[in-house]
Amino acid sequence: MIYFDNAATSWPKPPGVAEAMTRFLEQVGANPGRAAHRRAVESGRIVYGAREAVAELFNAPDPLRVVWGKNVTEALNLALCGLLRPGDHVVTSSTEHNSMMRPLRALEREGVEVTVVQCTPQGQLDPAGVAAAIRPNTRLVALNHASNVVGTLLPAAEVGAICRQRDVLLLVDAAQTGGAYPVDVQANQIDLLAFTGHKSLGGPMGTGGLIVGGRVDEAQLEPLMRGGTGSRSEHELQPDFMPDRYESGTPNVVGLAGLAVGVRWLLARGVDAIRAHEVALARALIAGLQAIPAVIVYGTLDAGLQTATVAFNVAGMAPSEAGLRLDDEYGIMCRVGLHCAPAAHKTIGTFPGGTVRFGLGAFNSMDEVEVALAAVRELAGEVQ
Amino acid sequence: MTAGKYTVILLYATSHAIRAEKLLKQASIPPKMIPVPRHLSSSCGVCIRIARADREAAQQVLQQAGMEIEGLYDISPRAAGKPGRQA
Repeated sequence: MIYFDNAATSWPKPPGVAEAMTRFLEQVGANPGRAAHRRAVESGRIVYGAREAVAELFNAPDPLRVVWGKNVTEALNLALCGLLRPGDHVVTSSTEHNSMMRPLRALEREGVEVTVVQCTPQGQLDPAGVAAAIRPNTRLVALNHASNVVGTLLPAAEVGAICRQRDVLLLVDAAQTGGAYPVDVQANQIDLLAFTGHKSLGGPMGTGGLIVGGRVDEAQLEPLMRGGTGSRSEHELQPDFMPDRYESGTPNVVGLAGLAVGVRWLLARGVDAIRAHEVALARALIAGLQAIPAVIVYGTLDAGLQTATVAFNVAGMAPSEAGLRLDDEYGIMCRVGLHCAPAAHKTIGTFPGGTVRFGLGAFNSMDEVEVALAAVRELAGEVQ
Repeated sequence: MTAGKYTVILLYATSHAIRAEKLLKQASIPPKMIPVPRHLSSSCGVCIRIARADREAAQQVLQQAGMEIEGLYDISPRAAGKPGRQA
Protein backbone atom coordinates (compact mmCIF):
# COMPACT_ATOMS: atom_id res chain seq x y z
CA MET A 1 0.00 0.00 0.00
CA ILE A 2 1.26 3.46 -0.88
CA TYR A 3 -0.31 6.54 0.65
CA PHE A 4 0.03 9.51 -1.71
CA ASP A 5 -2.80 11.63 -0.36
CA ASN A 6 -0.77 13.73 2.06
CA ALA A 7 -1.92 16.98 0.45
CA ALA A 8 -5.37 16.19 1.85
CA THR A 9 -4.34 14.64 5.17
CA SER A 10 -0.92 13.38 6.16
CA TRP A 11 -0.47 9.76 7.11
CA PRO A 12 1.08 8.18 9.06
CA LYS A 13 1.47 10.61 11.94
CA PRO A 14 4.84 11.13 13.63
CA PRO A 15 5.71 8.76 16.49
CA GLY A 16 4.06 9.74 19.76
CA VAL A 17 1.08 11.60 18.32
CA ALA A 18 -1.46 8.83 18.91
CA GLU A 19 0.05 8.06 22.32
CA ALA A 20 -0.30 11.70 23.43
CA MET A 21 -3.94 11.67 22.39
CA THR A 22 -4.60 8.41 24.22
CA ARG A 23 -2.80 9.70 27.29
CA PHE A 24 -4.98 12.80 27.31
CA LEU A 25 -8.17 10.78 27.07
CA GLU A 26 -7.13 8.20 29.64
CA GLN A 27 -5.23 10.27 32.17
CA VAL A 28 -6.18 13.95 31.83
CA GLY A 29 -9.50 14.35 30.08
CA ALA A 30 -10.58 17.58 31.76
CA ASN A 31 -11.77 20.86 30.34
CA PRO A 32 -9.02 23.47 29.99
CA GLY A 33 -9.47 26.98 31.27
CA ARG A 34 -12.68 26.44 33.15
CA ALA A 35 -12.06 24.78 36.50
CA ALA A 36 -8.78 25.11 38.39
CA HIS A 37 -8.31 21.55 39.60
CA ARG A 38 -5.10 19.74 38.70
CA ARG A 39 -6.40 18.01 35.60
CA ALA A 40 -8.05 21.16 34.27
CA VAL A 41 -4.73 22.96 34.68
CA GLU A 42 -2.90 20.09 32.99
CA SER A 43 -5.36 20.29 30.11
CA GLY A 44 -4.66 24.03 29.88
CA ARG A 45 -0.94 23.32 29.81
CA ILE A 46 -1.42 20.96 26.87
CA VAL A 47 -3.32 23.62 24.94
CA TYR A 48 -0.68 26.21 25.74
CA GLY A 49 2.17 23.84 24.87
CA ALA A 50 0.64 23.35 21.44
CA ARG A 51 0.44 27.14 21.02
CA GLU A 52 4.14 27.41 21.82
CA ALA A 53 5.06 24.64 19.39
CA VAL A 54 3.10 26.21 16.54
CA ALA A 55 4.46 29.69 17.34
CA GLU A 56 8.00 28.31 17.20
CA LEU A 57 7.37 26.50 13.92
CA PHE A 58 6.11 29.67 12.22
CA ASN A 59 8.43 32.03 14.16
CA ALA A 60 5.48 33.90 15.64
CA PRO A 61 6.65 36.09 18.52
CA ASP A 62 3.65 35.62 20.81
CA PRO A 63 2.07 32.19 21.48
CA LEU A 64 -1.02 33.94 22.82
CA ARG A 65 -1.71 35.25 19.32
CA VAL A 66 -2.09 31.69 18.02
CA VAL A 67 -5.87 31.25 17.77
CA TRP A 68 -7.19 27.69 17.58
CA GLY A 69 -9.86 26.57 15.19
CA LYS A 70 -10.80 23.27 13.68
CA ASN A 71 -8.88 23.66 10.41
CA VAL A 72 -7.53 26.14 7.90
CA THR A 73 -10.99 26.69 6.45
CA GLU A 74 -12.24 28.04 9.74
CA ALA A 75 -9.11 30.18 10.09
CA LEU A 76 -9.58 31.67 6.61
CA ASN A 77 -13.25 32.36 7.31
CA LEU A 78 -12.30 34.10 10.56
CA ALA A 79 -9.70 36.26 8.83
CA LEU A 80 -11.83 37.14 5.80
CA CYS A 81 -15.25 37.51 7.38
CA GLY A 82 -13.79 39.08 10.52
CA LEU A 83 -11.79 41.74 8.74
CA LEU A 84 -13.53 42.70 5.50
CA ARG A 85 -16.46 45.15 5.39
CA PRO A 86 -18.58 46.35 2.48
CA GLY A 87 -16.53 48.86 0.49
CA ASP A 88 -13.22 47.15 1.34
CA HIS A 89 -11.13 45.74 -1.48
CA VAL A 90 -9.24 42.44 -1.32
CA VAL A 91 -6.67 41.01 -3.74
CA THR A 92 -6.30 37.27 -4.22
CA SER A 93 -4.87 34.84 -6.79
CA SER A 94 -6.38 32.55 -9.39
CA THR A 95 -5.06 29.38 -7.72
CA GLU A 96 -7.02 29.60 -4.49
CA HIS A 97 -8.81 26.72 -2.84
CA ASN A 98 -12.53 27.09 -2.24
CA SER A 99 -11.78 27.64 1.44
CA MET A 100 -10.55 31.06 0.28
CA MET A 101 -12.73 31.59 -2.79
CA ARG A 102 -16.11 30.74 -1.32
CA PRO A 103 -15.94 33.12 1.65
CA LEU A 104 -14.59 35.79 -0.72
CA ARG A 105 -17.42 35.28 -3.22
CA ALA A 106 -19.94 35.43 -0.37
CA LEU A 107 -18.37 38.66 0.90
CA GLU A 108 -18.46 40.04 -2.63
CA ARG A 109 -22.25 39.73 -2.59
CA GLU A 110 -22.26 41.84 0.55
CA GLY A 111 -20.27 44.63 -1.08
CA VAL A 112 -16.62 43.64 -0.63
CA GLU A 113 -14.65 44.20 -3.85
CA VAL A 114 -12.56 41.22 -4.95
CA THR A 115 -9.72 41.27 -7.49
CA VAL A 116 -8.35 37.92 -8.63
CA VAL A 117 -4.82 38.25 -10.04
CA GLN A 118 -4.27 35.73 -12.79
CA CYS A 119 -1.47 33.20 -12.29
CA THR A 120 0.44 31.59 -15.16
CA PRO A 121 -0.66 28.16 -16.48
CA GLN A 122 2.16 26.78 -14.29
CA GLY A 123 0.42 28.35 -11.28
CA GLN A 124 2.99 31.08 -10.71
CA LEU A 125 2.10 34.55 -9.47
CA ASP A 126 3.95 37.73 -10.43
CA PRO A 127 4.22 39.97 -7.34
CA ALA A 128 4.01 42.98 -9.67
CA GLY A 129 0.50 41.85 -10.58
CA VAL A 130 -0.46 42.04 -6.91
CA ALA A 131 1.14 45.47 -6.54
CA ALA A 132 -0.76 46.73 -9.58
CA ALA A 133 -4.06 45.48 -8.18
CA ILE A 134 -3.76 47.37 -4.87
CA ARG A 135 -6.10 50.38 -4.62
CA PRO A 136 -6.70 53.03 -1.98
CA ASN A 137 -9.47 50.91 -0.41
CA THR A 138 -7.48 47.64 -0.46
CA ARG A 139 -7.58 46.20 3.03
CA LEU A 140 -6.07 42.80 2.46
CA VAL A 141 -4.07 40.60 0.12
CA ALA A 142 -5.12 36.99 0.63
CA LEU A 143 -3.06 34.20 -0.96
CA ASN A 144 -2.30 30.54 -0.70
CA HIS A 145 1.37 29.80 -0.02
CA ALA A 146 1.28 26.80 -2.34
CA SER A 147 -1.45 25.44 -4.57
CA ASN A 148 -3.21 22.32 -3.34
CA VAL A 149 -3.74 21.33 -6.98
CA VAL A 150 -0.37 21.75 -8.60
CA GLY A 151 1.96 22.48 -5.67
CA THR A 152 3.33 25.73 -7.10
CA LEU A 153 4.71 28.06 -4.41
CA LEU A 154 3.53 31.67 -4.40
CA PRO A 155 6.00 34.46 -3.56
CA ALA A 156 4.85 35.19 0.00
CA ALA A 157 7.93 37.18 1.01
CA GLU A 158 7.84 39.43 -2.06
CA VAL A 159 4.12 40.06 -1.62
CA GLY A 160 4.72 40.62 2.12
CA ALA A 161 7.18 43.40 1.33
CA ILE A 162 4.70 45.00 -1.09
CA CYS A 163 1.93 44.83 1.51
CA ARG A 164 4.05 46.57 4.15
CA GLN A 165 5.04 49.25 1.68
CA ARG A 166 1.42 49.86 0.68
CA ASP A 167 0.03 49.52 4.22
CA VAL A 168 -2.15 46.54 3.35
CA LEU A 169 -2.51 43.41 5.48
CA LEU A 170 -1.33 40.02 4.16
CA LEU A 171 -3.25 36.80 4.84
CA VAL A 172 -1.47 33.58 3.85
CA ASP A 173 -3.09 30.16 3.60
CA ALA A 174 -0.30 27.82 4.67
CA ALA A 175 -2.37 24.63 4.42
CA GLN A 176 0.03 23.11 1.89
CA THR A 177 3.31 24.54 3.17
CA GLY A 178 3.11 24.50 6.97
CA GLY A 179 5.56 21.84 8.15
CA ALA A 180 6.70 21.00 4.62
CA TYR A 181 8.33 24.27 3.62
CA PRO A 182 9.77 27.02 5.80
CA VAL A 183 7.10 29.55 6.79
CA ASP A 184 8.32 32.49 8.84
CA VAL A 185 5.65 35.07 9.64
CA GLN A 186 8.23 37.68 10.61
CA ALA A 187 10.69 37.24 7.73
CA ASN A 188 7.85 36.94 5.20
CA GLN A 189 5.91 39.82 6.78
CA ILE A 190 2.71 37.80 7.08
CA ASP A 191 0.03 39.49 9.18
CA LEU A 192 -2.43 36.60 9.30
CA LEU A 193 -1.32 33.01 8.86
CA ALA A 194 -3.98 30.34 8.47
CA PHE A 195 -2.71 26.83 9.14
CA THR A 196 -4.08 23.35 9.59
CA GLY A 197 -2.83 20.63 11.88
CA HIS A 198 -3.75 17.54 9.93
CA LYS A 199 -1.42 17.86 6.95
CA SER A 200 2.35 18.39 7.25
CA LEU A 201 2.17 19.55 10.88
CA GLY A 202 1.60 15.89 11.70
CA GLY A 203 -1.43 16.42 13.90
CA PRO A 204 -4.91 14.94 13.78
CA MET A 205 -7.93 16.30 11.93
CA GLY A 206 -9.89 18.98 13.73
CA THR A 207 -6.84 21.07 14.62
CA GLY A 208 -5.75 24.31 12.98
CA GLY A 209 -5.84 28.00 13.51
CA LEU A 210 -4.91 31.54 12.71
CA ILE A 211 -1.80 33.40 13.83
CA VAL A 212 -2.74 37.03 14.28
CA GLY A 213 0.21 39.36 13.78
CA GLY A 214 0.89 42.52 15.68
CA ARG A 215 -0.27 44.78 12.83
CA VAL A 216 -3.78 43.37 13.08
CA ASP A 217 -5.96 45.31 15.52
CA GLU A 218 -8.22 42.77 17.26
CA ALA A 219 -10.91 45.42 17.57
CA GLN A 220 -11.13 45.35 13.76
CA LEU A 221 -11.18 41.55 13.53
CA GLU A 222 -14.62 40.28 14.52
CA PRO A 223 -14.90 36.75 15.92
CA LEU A 224 -16.75 34.11 13.91
CA MET A 225 -18.42 32.79 17.05
CA ARG A 226 -19.05 34.04 20.55
CA GLY A 227 -19.56 32.07 23.72
CA GLY A 228 -18.00 30.77 26.89
CA THR A 229 -14.27 31.30 27.32
CA GLY A 230 -13.71 30.69 31.02
CA SER A 231 -12.70 34.33 31.33
CA ARG A 232 -14.73 37.43 32.26
CA SER A 233 -17.65 35.23 33.16
CA GLU A 234 -19.48 38.13 34.77
CA HIS A 235 -19.87 39.79 31.37
CA GLU A 236 -22.33 38.90 28.65
CA LEU A 237 -20.08 40.56 26.08
CA GLN A 238 -17.29 38.62 24.40
CA PRO A 239 -13.81 39.30 25.87
CA ASP A 240 -11.73 41.68 23.76
CA PHE A 241 -8.34 40.08 24.48
CA MET A 242 -6.30 37.40 22.74
CA PRO A 243 -6.86 34.55 22.29
CA ASP A 244 -10.21 34.32 24.10
CA ARG A 245 -11.88 36.78 21.74
CA TYR A 246 -11.73 34.08 19.04
CA GLU A 247 -11.86 30.88 21.10
CA SER A 248 -15.34 30.22 22.42
CA GLY A 249 -16.45 26.83 23.59
CA THR A 250 -14.48 23.79 24.67
CA PRO A 251 -11.50 23.29 22.36
CA ASN A 252 -10.22 20.08 20.81
CA VAL A 253 -7.66 19.32 23.52
CA VAL A 254 -7.27 15.69 22.51
CA GLY A 255 -6.38 16.89 19.02
CA LEU A 256 -4.07 19.61 20.28
CA ALA A 257 -2.26 17.07 22.49
CA GLY A 258 -1.46 15.16 19.30
CA LEU A 259 -0.66 18.28 17.29
CA ALA A 260 1.89 19.46 19.87
CA VAL A 261 3.78 16.18 19.55
CA GLY A 262 3.60 16.30 15.74
CA VAL A 263 5.02 19.82 15.63
CA ARG A 264 7.74 19.00 18.19
CA TRP A 265 8.73 16.06 16.00
CA LEU A 266 8.94 18.40 13.01
CA LEU A 267 11.04 20.90 14.95
CA ALA A 268 13.41 18.17 16.12
CA ARG A 269 13.83 16.78 12.63
CA GLY A 270 13.90 20.21 11.00
CA VAL A 271 11.57 21.55 8.34
CA ASP A 272 14.59 22.07 6.06
CA ALA A 273 15.48 18.37 6.26
CA ILE A 274 11.89 17.36 5.51
CA ARG A 275 11.78 19.83 2.65
CA ALA A 276 15.01 18.38 1.18
CA HIS A 277 13.57 14.86 1.39
CA GLU A 278 10.31 15.88 -0.29
CA VAL A 279 12.11 17.85 -3.02
CA ALA A 280 14.18 14.76 -3.86
CA LEU A 281 11.01 12.63 -4.07
CA ALA A 282 9.13 15.21 -6.12
CA ARG A 283 12.06 15.67 -8.48
CA ALA A 284 12.22 11.93 -9.16
CA LEU A 285 8.46 11.69 -9.54
CA ILE A 286 8.23 14.63 -11.96
CA ALA A 287 11.14 13.35 -14.05
CA GLY A 288 9.71 9.82 -14.12
CA LEU A 289 6.24 11.01 -15.13
CA GLN A 290 7.64 13.31 -17.81
CA ALA A 291 9.47 10.36 -19.34
CA ILE A 292 6.16 8.56 -19.98
CA PRO A 293 4.90 9.68 -23.41
CA ALA A 294 1.17 9.49 -22.63
CA VAL A 295 1.48 11.42 -19.36
CA ILE A 296 1.00 15.17 -19.05
CA VAL A 297 2.53 16.74 -15.93
CA TYR A 298 1.30 20.14 -14.75
CA GLY A 299 3.04 22.97 -12.93
CA THR A 300 6.54 24.37 -13.13
CA LEU A 301 8.11 20.89 -13.49
CA ASP A 302 10.75 22.14 -11.05
CA ALA A 303 10.58 20.46 -7.63
CA GLY A 304 12.35 23.47 -6.11
CA LEU A 305 9.46 25.75 -7.05
CA GLN A 306 6.69 23.62 -5.60
CA THR A 307 5.63 21.36 -2.76
CA ALA A 308 5.74 17.58 -3.16
CA THR A 309 2.24 17.65 -4.64
CA VAL A 310 2.39 16.61 -8.27
CA ALA A 311 -0.52 16.90 -10.71
CA PHE A 312 -0.73 14.86 -13.90
CA ASN A 313 -3.05 13.14 -16.34
CA VAL A 314 -2.80 10.02 -18.42
CA ALA A 315 -3.87 10.99 -21.94
CA GLY A 316 -7.10 9.25 -22.89
CA MET A 317 -7.92 8.18 -19.35
CA ALA A 318 -10.23 10.11 -17.03
CA PRO A 319 -8.61 11.01 -13.69
CA SER A 320 -11.37 9.16 -11.90
CA GLU A 321 -10.55 5.96 -13.76
CA ALA A 322 -6.82 6.39 -13.19
CA GLY A 323 -7.44 6.93 -9.47
CA LEU A 324 -9.69 3.90 -9.16
CA ARG A 325 -7.23 1.64 -10.93
CA LEU A 326 -4.23 2.94 -9.01
CA ASP A 327 -6.07 2.07 -5.80
CA ASP A 328 -7.68 -1.23 -6.88
CA GLU A 329 -4.81 -2.71 -8.87
CA TYR A 330 -1.71 -1.14 -7.33
CA GLY A 331 -2.73 -0.12 -3.80
CA ILE A 332 -1.78 3.49 -4.49
CA MET A 333 -4.04 5.98 -2.72
CA CYS A 334 -4.22 9.40 -4.28
CA ARG A 335 -6.82 12.05 -5.02
CA VAL A 336 -8.36 12.80 -8.40
CA GLY A 337 -10.73 15.42 -9.75
CA LEU A 338 -10.93 19.12 -8.93
CA HIS A 339 -9.53 19.12 -5.37
CA CYS A 340 -12.02 21.77 -4.18
CA ALA A 341 -10.17 24.32 -6.28
CA PRO A 342 -11.95 25.05 -9.59
CA ALA A 343 -10.08 28.35 -10.02
CA ALA A 344 -6.73 26.59 -9.86
CA HIS A 345 -7.81 24.00 -12.41
CA LYS A 346 -9.02 26.76 -14.74
CA THR A 347 -5.62 28.42 -14.31
CA ILE A 348 -3.64 25.33 -15.29
CA GLY A 349 -6.12 24.34 -18.01
CA THR A 350 -7.58 21.20 -16.44
CA PHE A 351 -11.14 22.38 -15.72
CA PRO A 352 -13.58 20.63 -15.57
CA GLY A 353 -11.83 17.28 -16.13
CA GLY A 354 -9.40 17.62 -13.25
CA THR A 355 -6.16 15.78 -12.63
CA VAL A 356 -4.59 12.92 -10.75
CA ARG A 357 -2.76 14.26 -7.70
CA PHE A 358 0.10 12.51 -5.95
CA GLY A 359 0.56 14.28 -2.62
CA LEU A 360 3.86 13.09 -1.18
CA GLY A 361 4.82 13.54 2.43
CA ALA A 362 7.61 13.22 4.95
CA PHE A 363 7.04 9.48 5.38
CA ASN A 364 7.09 8.51 1.71
CA SER A 365 10.18 6.88 0.24
CA MET A 366 12.00 6.80 -3.07
CA ASP A 367 11.01 3.13 -3.38
CA GLU A 368 7.36 4.13 -3.27
CA VAL A 369 7.95 6.72 -5.99
CA GLU A 370 9.53 4.01 -8.16
CA VAL A 371 6.62 1.63 -7.60
CA ALA A 372 4.11 4.36 -8.40
CA LEU A 373 5.98 5.32 -11.57
CA ALA A 374 5.91 1.69 -12.72
CA ALA A 375 2.16 1.62 -12.12
CA VAL A 376 1.54 4.81 -14.10
CA ARG A 377 3.76 3.43 -16.87
CA GLU A 378 1.55 0.36 -17.09
CA LEU A 379 -1.66 2.38 -17.14
CA ALA A 380 -0.27 4.74 -19.77
CA GLY A 381 0.98 1.84 -21.85
CA GLU A 382 -2.57 0.54 -22.20
CA VAL A 383 -3.88 3.73 -23.75
CA GLN A 384 -1.08 4.03 -26.30
CA MET B 1 7.57 38.25 58.14
CA THR B 2 5.77 37.12 55.04
CA ALA B 3 5.90 33.34 55.58
CA GLY B 4 2.51 31.73 54.96
CA LYS B 5 1.25 34.85 53.26
CA TYR B 6 0.31 34.83 49.62
CA THR B 7 -0.10 37.03 46.63
CA VAL B 8 -2.55 36.13 43.91
CA ILE B 9 -1.85 37.14 40.31
CA LEU B 10 -4.88 37.51 38.08
CA LEU B 11 -4.36 37.32 34.34
CA TYR B 12 -6.85 37.93 31.59
CA ALA B 13 -7.31 34.36 30.41
CA THR B 14 -6.37 30.81 31.30
CA SER B 15 -3.89 30.64 28.46
CA HIS B 16 -2.22 33.75 29.91
CA ALA B 17 -2.14 32.13 33.35
CA ILE B 18 -0.50 29.00 31.93
CA ARG B 19 2.12 31.10 30.19
CA ALA B 20 2.74 33.04 33.40
CA GLU B 21 3.05 29.76 35.33
CA LYS B 22 5.73 28.63 32.93
CA LEU B 23 7.63 31.92 33.09
CA LEU B 24 7.57 31.90 36.90
CA LYS B 25 8.81 28.30 37.08
CA GLN B 26 11.66 29.22 34.75
CA ALA B 27 12.52 32.08 37.12
CA SER B 28 12.46 29.66 40.10
CA ILE B 29 9.38 31.30 41.62
CA PRO B 30 7.03 28.46 42.62
CA PRO B 31 3.54 29.15 41.28
CA LYS B 32 0.36 27.32 42.21
CA MET B 33 -2.70 27.45 40.02
CA ILE B 34 -5.83 28.06 42.06
CA PRO B 35 -9.42 29.01 41.27
CA VAL B 36 -9.87 32.75 41.17
CA PRO B 37 -11.04 33.71 44.70
CA ARG B 38 -14.64 34.81 44.39
CA HIS B 39 -14.06 38.12 46.19
CA LEU B 40 -11.48 39.17 43.63
CA SER B 41 -13.29 38.39 40.40
CA SER B 42 -16.21 36.41 39.08
CA SER B 43 -14.03 34.81 36.44
CA CYS B 44 -14.46 31.05 36.37
CA GLY B 45 -10.85 30.54 35.40
CA VAL B 46 -7.60 30.04 37.22
CA CYS B 47 -5.12 32.43 38.75
CA ILE B 48 -1.65 32.04 40.19
CA ARG B 49 -0.79 31.98 43.85
CA ILE B 50 2.76 32.78 44.87
CA ALA B 51 4.46 33.51 48.17
CA ARG B 52 4.08 37.15 49.09
CA ALA B 53 7.87 37.38 49.33
CA ASP B 54 8.03 36.67 45.57
CA ARG B 55 5.55 39.39 44.64
CA GLU B 56 7.98 41.96 43.23
CA ALA B 57 10.18 39.39 41.49
CA ALA B 58 7.14 37.75 39.89
CA GLN B 59 5.74 41.04 38.71
CA GLN B 60 9.08 41.85 37.12
CA VAL B 61 9.32 38.47 35.36
CA LEU B 62 5.86 38.81 33.84
CA GLN B 63 6.27 42.42 32.85
CA GLN B 64 9.62 41.69 31.21
CA ALA B 65 7.88 39.05 29.10
CA GLY B 66 5.33 41.64 28.04
CA MET B 67 2.46 40.03 29.93
CA GLU B 68 -0.46 42.13 31.04
CA ILE B 69 -1.43 41.53 34.65
CA GLU B 70 -5.10 42.02 35.47
CA GLY B 71 -4.48 42.33 39.17
CA LEU B 72 -2.12 41.52 42.06
CA TYR B 73 -3.69 40.89 45.44
CA ASP B 74 -2.19 40.04 48.80
CA ILE B 75 -4.54 37.59 50.40
CA SER B 76 -4.86 35.70 53.64
CA PRO B 77 -3.93 32.00 53.70
CA ARG B 78 -7.58 31.09 54.37
CA ALA B 79 -8.60 32.44 50.98
CA ALA B 80 -5.76 30.76 49.18
CA GLY B 81 -6.03 27.10 50.04
CA LYS B 82 -3.87 24.96 52.30
CA PRO B 83 -0.27 26.10 52.35
CA GLY B 84 2.43 23.94 50.87
CA ARG B 85 0.44 21.89 48.37
CA GLN B 86 1.91 22.30 44.95
CA ALA B 87 0.41 20.98 41.76
